[in-house]
Amino acid sequence: MATETAKRITDIGPPNYEKFLPPVIKRNYGKWQYHEGIAPGVLCHVSESGERLYTVRAGSPRLLSVDTIRLFAALADKYCGGYLRFTSRNNIEFLLEDPANIEPLRKELFDAGFPVGGTGASISNIVHTQGWIHCHSAATDASGLVKSLMDRLYSRFTEETLPARVRIAVACCLNMCGAVHCSDIAILGIHRKPPKINHDILKKVSEIPTVIAACPTDAIRPAVVGGKESVTVIDEKCMYCGNCYTVSPAMPLDDPENDGLSIYVGGKVSNARTAPKFSKLAIPFLPNNPPRWPEVVDAVANIVEVYAGGAKKFERMGEWIDRIGWPRFFELTGIEFTRYHLDDFKHAGLTYARSTHIRY
Amino acid sequence: MPDDERRPTKLLDQLEEGPWPSFVTEIKKAGEKNPACNDLLQQLESSYEEKRGHWKHGGMVGVRGYGGGVIGRYSAMPEQFPRIAHFHTIRVNHPSGWFYTSDALRTLADIWERHGSGLTNFHGSTGDIIFLGTNTTELEPTFNELTQAGFDLGGSGSALRTPSSCVGQARCEWACYDTMKLCNDLTHQYQDEMHRPAFPYKFKIKCSGCPNDCVAASARADLSIIGTWKDAIRQDDAAVAEYAAAGLDIRRDVCDRCPTRCMDWDNGKLTIENRECVRCMHCINVMPKALRPGKERGAVLLIGAKAPIVKGALLSSVLVPFVAAEELEGTVNELLKRLWDFWDEHGENRERIGELIQRVGLANFLDGIGLDPTPEMVAAPRDNPFIFFREEEAN
Repeated sequence: MATETAKRITDIGPPNYEKFLPPVIKRNYGKWQYHEGIAPGVLCHVSESGERLYTVRAGSPRLLSVDTIRLFAALADKYCGGYLRFTSRNNIEFLLEDPANIEPLRKELFDAGFPVGGTGASISNIVHTQGWIHCHSAATDASGLVKSLMDRLYSRFTEETLPARVRIAVACCLNMCGAVHCSDIAILGIHRKPPKINHDILKKVSEIPTVIAACPTDAIRPAVVGGKESVTVIDEKCMYCGNCYTVSPAMPLDDPENDGLSIYVGGKVSNARTAPKFSKLAIPFLPNNPPRWPEVVDAVANIVEVYAGGAKKFERMGEWIDRIGWPRFFELTGIEFTRYHLDDFKHAGLTYARSTHIRY
Repeated sequence: MPDDERRPTKLLDQLEEGPWPSFVTEIKKAGEKNPACNDLLQQLESSYEEKRGHWKHGGMVGVRGYGGGVIGRYSAMPEQFPRIAHFHTIRVNHPSGWFYTSDALRTLADIWERHGSGLTNFHGSTGDIIFLGTNTTELEPTFNELTQAGFDLGGSGSALRTPSSCVGQARCEWACYDTMKLCNDLTHQYQDEMHRPAFPYKFKIKCSGCPNDCVAASARADLSIIGTWKDAIRQDDAAVAEYAAAGLDIRRDVCDRCPTRCMDWDNGKLTIENRECVRCMHCINVMPKALRPGKERGAVLLIGAKAPIVKGALLSSVLVPFVAAEELEGTVNELLKRLWDFWDEHGENRERIGELIQRVGLANFLDGIGLDPTPEMVAAPRDNPFIFFREEEAN
């Protein structure tokens, strides 16, 4: 209770970033002139002052023990005055002034199991969610999928050999904590069965009007079941989004036999060339097959290889598909086009082809 | 003391093979110091065996005076795995741009080793430092040590979520405004909105310095602040010539990829019709030594992005086509006040602001927040004739 005697501090917000910036950045803040990639995973930023900053980027599993964090801290002390940062895709970046330190740092990182890469026309680290490690609504695990995918795609991280960057993201349910919906390749954990309602506890653990209102398709109705106030689900109207489960623990959807993965492709957030766009359904269902998810890994690797072989330089996945057309995408990848690819939710008609522009 | 002997994890052990760094190795590493991590690993092994999660639906836990920042997490198998019976997540607000010193990282590591599992995420999807797994009784002591060290909790629930920004002017020549400063200032300004959930649903702010949008503001932020510029692209002809001499096919790879075809490459001279340029960044991305954003810099403000839950995913759409960098913070603050007032008044429970706009219509939304419609807000005007004219305009 010793800490209780100190004055309790609240609402101080995050520490000011300025105290974490290396001197070379403080001197050149807002004055950077250009940058170039000098090797995969190594960037050089040049200031108007002529000063140079070298960034060495390494992949991480995102889930880190405090000892690995201490290892990164020690490497930063040894090679770059203790200054480092993380990227929005969970890579770690060491910020060096002395280019002579790049190679020894790269080697130490590699020897410790952390590959340098993820810049330019590569597959950077996979943005992902908690999965079975720490989430109640996960239809699959995210970390295991990412590990399996990155093992297979490893050289696409350490080399810049693709037509353009390929952003992959994994979300283990439709809540999409990882906001995968605008990725070159999005892997999404899905359910395929309506919730199994626990009528015994529903009234106790949730508010019935809230449960009913949570459903985007109005599939949930109030009902008295076995004398208990509860709800029913119109199965034909349920698309297994899990929204009701978010507001009520009595509406679980998980189902080991039927849960699985779906793959969406061709999204982007950058405005470069073409506007940001959503990823579109490529594969509606693949089995949930831990610990290595071979069906998912094969499917993603196949899409990456077909894209790498067919896209022109600078074409992102979605831009390549726009050029060749979806029929050819399905033909080249060998992915089956099914009734599930036809949108039947809101604004579905916007996705129907409304021209005679057809490639034969 | 519970049995500390680690039972085999045959499935997860397979994820220690292969070249990519392994999260299983990280959990085992943490398990050498904190046996709760061994329980975590074994519960996860049973998830891998049974293909289902073993966490209960959340629960209300937190630190005194805050309504968020801690995500309650309880094992559904507490008898088998008592050390993760409570295993709550603490969201710690990251510093802008995710910059750290080694000392700051060690401070965080030491706090978390004393009070929690020793497992972290650097970082969570919204940007926070994630402390993964501790008991209810450790929450307040962890919080006290964090604040003593200058850190605070991030957002959760129906609140302002932890704002995030790209690396911005700290290390990027393309940043059209100071993203890290704006992110930091907004975060400090709205501590109450972050820590005491009072909104209809979550609200995210993301600051990207240029249209490359490295923090995915377009896809993920209710308010997306994306840097751009108004004047001409700055062009260094000598550097353009160097790219050409080095083998870059400027016609094919730059001019022909320009979405408005506003560039021409003729006789070794690159010309840009800047009035036609939509500031997409492609040419600048390809030739960063030769082309730079102009000097009249600022940002576009876009509204309403979200993931699919509840009624479908949305990308942000233009709300204010340009705000000069020096006016950005004031404008954003004024706009947030109007947005939150309107949302507070008209938003339904669990309705993101983007879904509210879909429901009431952009025109009514603009009336509500006091903005005039402009053609930059739409890809095209409506193509249907079903117009609701105002009564006073047609009598």
